[in-house]
Amino acid sequence: MPPHVPHLPDQPILNVAHVFLRYDRHTALEDITFHLHSGERVAVVGPNGAGKSTLFKIVAGVLPPSEGEVTVYGSGPGGHVCIGYLPQRSQVDWRFPVTVADVVMMGRIAKLGLFRWPRKQDWDLVFSALETVGLANLAKRQIGELSGGQQQRMFIARALAQEAELMLMDEPLTGLDTPAQESLLALLEHLQQRGVTVMVATHDLEQARLHFDRILLLNRRLIAFGPPEQVLQADKLVRAYGGHLTLTEGHMITDSCCEGDEYVDS
Amino acid sequence: MLILDWLLAPLQYSFMLRGLMAAVLAGILCAMVGTYVVLRGMAFFGDALAHTILPGVAAGYLLGGGAREPLFWWALGTSVAASLGIGAITRRGRIREDTAIGIVFAGMFALGIALISTVRSYAVDLSHFLFGNVLGVSWQSLGRMAIFGLGVLLVLGLFYKEFLVISFDPVLAQTLRLPVTALNNLMLILIAVTVAVAMQTVGVALMVAMLVTPAATASLLTRRLLSMMMLAAALAAISGIIGLYVSYYLGIASGAAIVLTATLFFLLAFLFAPRDGLLWKRPRA
Repeated sequence: MPPHVPHLPDQPILNVAHVFLRYDRHTALEDITFHLHSGERVAVVGPNGAGKSTLFKIVAGVLPPSEGEVTVYGSGPGGHVCIGYLPQRSQVDWRFPVTVADVVMMGRIAKLGLFRWPRKQDWDLVFSALETVGLANLAKRQIGELSGGQQQRMFIARALAQEAELMLMDEPLTGLDTPAQESLLALLEHLQQRGVTVMVATHDLEQARLHFDRILLLNRRLIAFGPPEQVLQADKLVRAYGGHLTLTEGHMITDSCCEGDEYVDS
Repeated sequence: MLILDWLLAPLQYSFMLRGLMAAVLAGILCAMVGTYVVLRGMAFFGDALAHTILPGVAAGYLLGGGAREPLFWWALGTSVAASLGIGAITRRGRIREDTAIGIVFAGMFALGIALISTVRSYAVDLSHFLFGNVLGVSWQSLGRMAIFGLGVLLVLGLFYKEFLVISFDPVLAQTLRLPVTALNNLMLILIAVTVAVAMQTVGVALMVAMLVTPAATASLLTRRLLSMMMLAAALAAISGIIGLYVSYYLGIASGAAIVLTATLFFLLAFLFAPRDGLLWKRPRA
């Protein structure tokens, strides 16, 4: 039943060509073009309202672009179940009556199909995903009992259970303390070893520099896309951020802007 | 044996027996569907939907010359149409969705009252529509309630995991390429059928309590969807039974007695729930 279209081997895992998104009078994204290689780790960086969440939703095939084309392994994202979208933690109802294992099992639904209940192999996959992210001992907890870092790792486990090959993570590091951020970054490295392609929206330019293969600098337009040392240059950063930025010796420290609320339509 | 007598005395009347069965049936159905109403924040939708069916019922009442049996079909038709209509309003529109629902719901409700008020004996009939007439349920309508109720529960079970996902994380549902719009509409139709089935028990004005109160009580006591549904159903069934006994012995309107019993359970859970009870919770700093 799942509409899992075939993957053409000679096509990039993600190709975005001249994508625009316009609301009534507002252009959220303008002429975005780039492509990703399989298995790479990309940080998407830009100020609030730069269109990071919007870009992710378009890539996930949840929001149709006004213009332009997105292809995943050579065909539109709407047919693929290999794209895992990890929501911002603030967008989730943490009182919802489900356990950690229940949420991870949700990732299996497309593969299960209608009118079928999870079989043993599905539960095995769920528990191995929970082991990978280090949450096996919390499988039966209600989701609201998890810490922020654990909540984020639960969603990664769900994407693993979904057998996602492209994971889109919207601000996974926001609001986490340093140890939780580090354990999440280590997990991202592990995902890369498994061949999972990862796109992470983040505010932290230093982390983007240290932990990602390429950085996509975005402010409605694509300002730059390439290895950190090429992208994190003063002129490009000023074009993306304007004044909200602290620069030290040509190296940038942080985006002084607030966290949270991207421009997202509902 | 005094208590047994007290319990058995009302059952000698077959209208009481039918009323109890109807209250339990409608209660279980409303509570299980209502679990989703609570989790998805659709209480206002449920309330509006129940009120919106009044003109349909009124039209059936006038055209049928006061016959009661066909009213179920009028309620069902109006309810399904209204649920999809309100669903469409909430998806797109220039007015905020709660405002739009408010306008439609009050307007339709007023139309219903206007239609019924053209009949001379309208006060009694209107109160049956508004507040229910569970003791007037016939065997025939009881059978219909059972068939439609079981149908709704069957669909709820068949699409259990899909409904769970569209309620918890609609974006995930889209990336799993589930037919989200169709599933949302199916959910609206299930709520609509439930409202039509339960209408005779508590009436349109108190319907939202049947949908929301037992499910909300259960949400304070459980941590998983399935147990929340089961507990909500049990609470609703017990509320229906206690409510009808109270109604019998104290001479209180039956729909009101059922709803008040369910509300009392909610208050108890709100105060004494093991983890979230107001009594043990420290005030937030």
